[in-house]
Amino acid sequence: MPEPNTIVYRKRLSPNTVRIEVLTPLVAQKAQPGQFIILRVHERGERIPLTIADSNPEKGSITLLFQEVGASTLQLGMLEEGDRLHDVVGPLGHPTPIKNYGTACVVAGGLGTAEMYPIARALREAGNHVITIVGARRRDLLVLLEEMESVSDEFIVTTDDGSFGRKGVVTDPLKELVADGKINFVITCGPVIMMKFVAEATREAGILTFASLNPIMVDGTGMCGACRVSIGGTTKFACVDGPDFDAHQVNFEELMMRQKAFAEFERRALEQWLKAHPERAKTWQQ
Amino acid sequence: MADDKEIRKAESGDEQPGAKQPVVGPDGLTRKDRMKIQRHGMPEQTPEDRVGNFHSVVLGYDDETAYAEAQRCLNCKIPRCIDGCPAEINIPGFIYAVLENDLEKSYEILKAANALPAVCGRVCPQEAQCELTCVLAKKSPVAIGRLEQYVAEKMLDKYEKEPPEITQVPVTKEKVAVIGAGPAGITVAMDLRRMGYDVTIFEALHKPGGVLNYGIPPFRLPRRILNAELNTIAQMGVHVRCNIVFGKTLTYDDVMAQGYKVVFLGTGAGLPSFMGIPGENSNGVYSANEYLTRVNLMEAWDFPNADTPVFVGKNVCTVGAGNTAMDSARVSLRMPGVENSYIIYRRSKDEAPARREELHHAEEEGVIFRFLTQPIEVIHDDRNWITALKCIRMELGEPDDSGRRRPVPVPDSEFTIPCDTLLMAIGQRPNPIAMRSIPGLEITRWGTVTVDEETMMTKVPGVFAGGDVTVGASTVIMAVGHGKKAARGIDAYLSSLRA
Repeated sequence: MPEPNTIVYRKRLSPNTVRIEVLTPLVAQKAQPGQFIILRVHERGERIPLTIADSNPEKGSITLLFQEVGASTLQLGMLEEGDRLHDVVGPLGHPTPIKNYGTACVVAGGLGTAEMYPIARALREAGNHVITIVGARRRDLLVLLEEMESVSDEFIVTTDDGSFGRKGVVTDPLKELVADGKINFVITCGPVIMMKFVAEATREAGILTFASLNPIMVDGTGMCGACRVSIGGTTKFACVDGPDFDAHQVNFEELMMRQKAFAEFERRALEQWLKAHPERAKTWQQ
Repeated sequence: MADDKEIRKAESGDEQPGAKQPVVGPDGLTRKDRMKIQRHGMPEQTPEDRVGNFHSVVLGYDDETAYAEAQRCLNCKIPRCIDGCPAEINIPGFIYAVLENDLEKSYEILKAANALPAVCGRVCPQEAQCELTCVLAKKSPVAIGRLEQYVAEKMLDKYEKEPPEITQVPVTKEKVAVIGAGPAGITVAMDLRRMGYDVTIFEALHKPGGVLNYGIPPFRLPRRILNAELNTIAQMGVHVRCNIVFGKTLTYDDVMAQGYKVVFLGTGAGLPSFMGIPGENSNGVYSANEYLTRVNLMEAWDFPNADTPVFVGKNVCTVGAGNTAMDSARVSLRMPGVENSYIIYRRSKDEAPARREELHHAEEEGVIFRFLTQPIEVIHDDRNWITALKCIRMELGEPDDSGRRRPVPVPDSEFTIPCDTLLMAIGQRPNPIAMRSIPGLEITRWGTVTVDEETMMTKVPGVFAGGDVTVGASTVIMAVGHGKKAARGIDAYLSSLRA
């Protein structure tokens, strides 16, 4: 039996997206849809929050998907099967409230699909008619399509450039579904701008809509407040009060700006990392 | 000037003033000789030097100075200094061992009472504790804290080079789960381990130490010393398991099912408070906790060699005047690019809750104090970055519940301070995650856990608590004191179950 925190499976899904399965029995036993972990790659590494895309309590493992967007995630992407993560802690955050809402629409953008997969599955197991909309800019940024389809009653894919599925954005089919009066519940995860438009699409019809937020975090246990978000004018900590919130109450503008708070540092760290890893720099795409 | 009769009484333990006692120590000095020696100052980096680095501000006594300071202790028969020590250290005992040139014995005396002597020697407010009750206090108390620091660091250095042979106390008693590897948890764990209990500490962060690691900056508590002291926990046979969030990774039911008979909650006060003023979620506004965690625990001062960044601008304002605020303001002075580091406090200097030494160090280093000033709004640009802090002047009115004069706003006195980094150091509350996992706990309206003050047991039998989780943000030594009480309470509780 490999030691805890060992990567037991690894697959590159796209030039910048990797799927790993990590042995973490304690987390795997407790993980519920909507929760996340925080990991570190090395002794002086950042604490990286990642959604638990799947968990296998028998095997004691969890599945994580990540996009290599900066130095820390690129480091993580260099690890191979058999390598060990320095730390993994979780599961963190509240689980998504799962019940039979009737018809539930799951709207996932890009890597947000990793978060939505266990939620869609749980919603279906709870008796919902699950309509899934998955979108990305282009075909190669779509992940977990087969998994998502297998837990959905209806399955719609959109790409901005039309390279796969329907050309357009996720809110196009969502608006049609809202207009048809078919859906009772929406949950969404993806880029903030997308979640904002999802919230707008359901606001008028008053459909209960949750957004799973992904602000900058440090400890993930309520200790630092880096992840504070404005919900209906009140400050909440996404790590302990969320990550799911009523999308119609979220101040998405503020969240978008707060996500850029360390952009300059991220750029510097990335440049330095790519310089030190010329081989990876060749294959990595911004 | 200390009253000679009073000193003699404490010293001899005799109500009869003038009772003769042999007062010649191993150094050949008499009581009269000792009284003549002046208290020894602590060598420090100059303020100009130290704002350029994160190294220790205090340099510590050398052997000669420590010996000479130890000579000042009158070795009282009724040592009042111990009354002032929440950890109940045998203070005259450890100082006497210094005079005997037996630092090993001295260290053992310290360790017997306090798991963290190197830490406490540095961060305890001795002036309000042992050195306040020292019989020489009125004149000039023995520098107990500096001597504690000297002995502990000297021995940690020695043991680093030649590790001591440690015979672990065999496990003969029940399993105890300690939640949180901060000062309270470490103390309870060490004391119970010595009694033969099988103790495991569960820590949520990736390193033990709690506030010692994430909160207190390295220039007050060098990490080499902290780590050496923390290593002694494992050497004693206490299991330390990091990355376990009690209430999430592991619940109360889980640990009970695993055969633990007692749970001790030492989860601290880690939930930061914000003011609730407009613009507080602007970029560049941190809780002191986040700022200090980034710099101290994640080592952001060394970015990009360490991966975690911290943004600090030119004008840093810290709101609050406690020790956390002083730490934040002083860390800021050491960060590259910072031109002004302000403390903004709504009351006056007299009411500032920080240790005097911390205030003094902050002043020396160039922190700018804006007393009687209350922030009312964070001004930010259209990209949500803070540009200024709008404040109002205050004046002191009638005393409030805390006995301090209540600050009241001066009408039409608003003004702005240019500010690109704002640190909120206005207090922390206990984190509810761990408590929520234990049904039946009584939680106060301040979010603290109610305990019996003698045994430290909560309303749930077998669940104990101590440190900041029971009182809100306080001191390291208070947590150590609670830990000691709780260890006795836990031992008594489990012994009663056995009987």
